[in-house]
Amino acid sequence: MEDIIQYISENQQEFYVFILAVFVGIEVISKVPTVLHTPLMSGSNALSGVVIVGSIIVLGKTAPDNYAALTLGFFAVLLATLNVVGGFAVTNRMLEMFKKKPAKK
Amino acid sequence: MILYIIDICYLVAVVLFILGIKLMSHPDTARRGNGIALSGMILAIVASFFTPGLNNIILILVAMALGTVGGLYFAKSVKMTAMPQLVSFFNGMGGAAAALIGLVEYGDLPVDEVGKGAVLMASLVIGSISFSGSMIAMGKLQGVIKDIRINKMLGFTILAVAVALAVYIIASGQPQPVLVYVVVLLALVYGLAFVYPIGGADMPVVISLLNSLTGVTAATTGLLYDNKVMLMGGILVGSAGLLLTLLMAKAMNRSVANILFTSFGTAAGG
Repeated sequence: MEDIIQYISENQQEFYVFILAVFVGIEVISKVPTVLHTPLMSGSNALSGVVIVGSIIVLGKTAPDNYAALTLGFFAVLLATLNVVGGFAVTNRMLEMFKKKPAKK
Repeated sequence: MILYIIDICYLVAVVLFILGIKLMSHPDTARRGNGIALSGMILAIVASFFTPGLNNIILILVAMALGTVGGLYFAKSVKMTAMPQLVSFFNGMGGAAAALIGLVEYGDLPVDEVGKGAVLMASLVIGSISFSGSMIAMGKLQGVIKDIRINKMLGFTILAVAVALAVYIIASGQPQPVLVYVVVLLALVYGLAFVYPIGGADMPVVISLLNSLTGVTAATTGLLYDNKVMLMGGILVGSAGLLLTLLMAKAMNRSVANILFTSFGTAAGG
């Protein structure tokens, strides 16, 4: 328990960012119309692919002879890329449907 | 110097993420928002390549090339009506990636770092739940997987055991490579038990919730690396996803608690 509290106090900045980001996330989408629910879900899904940064770092710092870690890291990068690329491409395809019609208010 | 530039790139990327989501919530600007969020993501990825001491660059590029080809192929070839299951699939991939990072990191983490250990376990458990849950959600929308009733208590017991084991692993102060895999396995099973009993019509809400979970794992991974772009991006998705889940449920005239627990309730009667 003490360790956890110490960890939080040592990483205060991160936890401030954490809490502020919660409110930012709620604030930015609070007025989303119903038609945009699915595209927004898809778009935010693509954003959660930001974990790709972590997977690049993890594979990048693995020793070249640690085959187990290399394999896991390789798949981490592969899957995260799928998430990012697929996510943005699908969102774009969904939003293309909004292009022709005049925008709803 | 290069470290400062990376940090600034991450900062700009976060701003682009927020702007992107903001624009994506208005019909007129939604496409532009998607593009802006994408440019933020590209910036974050390029910046991460300049992390000092990065090895295996070729391996990273190969994995990214494969992922890009696969992602574009799925995104372009799937029918418009099958979009939600595809989103679920991609979401599961993100969760799995976070869990894999956790597995690799566990090997390197000194056992006396309790705080980081806790963050890592959270990353593993939530990522695994998000992965297996998303796969089931996809299967259900596709009509491949039928509704199966699973006792509510069984699911929660599995989760409780997984969390207890994770706490034990951290508290034991010793490397527990086998137990870590057991925790992941239990979390995967919980993901199945969580999504299985929920009806197909409610799946979009569940996918949104799982999407929010993937965001949280991205954020915990960010905590692990002291990486603000992952932390901020992940939490942004986590909280926006949670609100979106509530809004979607409201649009369907359902409450989230209703969706998540009613079907469990009927099963628990037996």
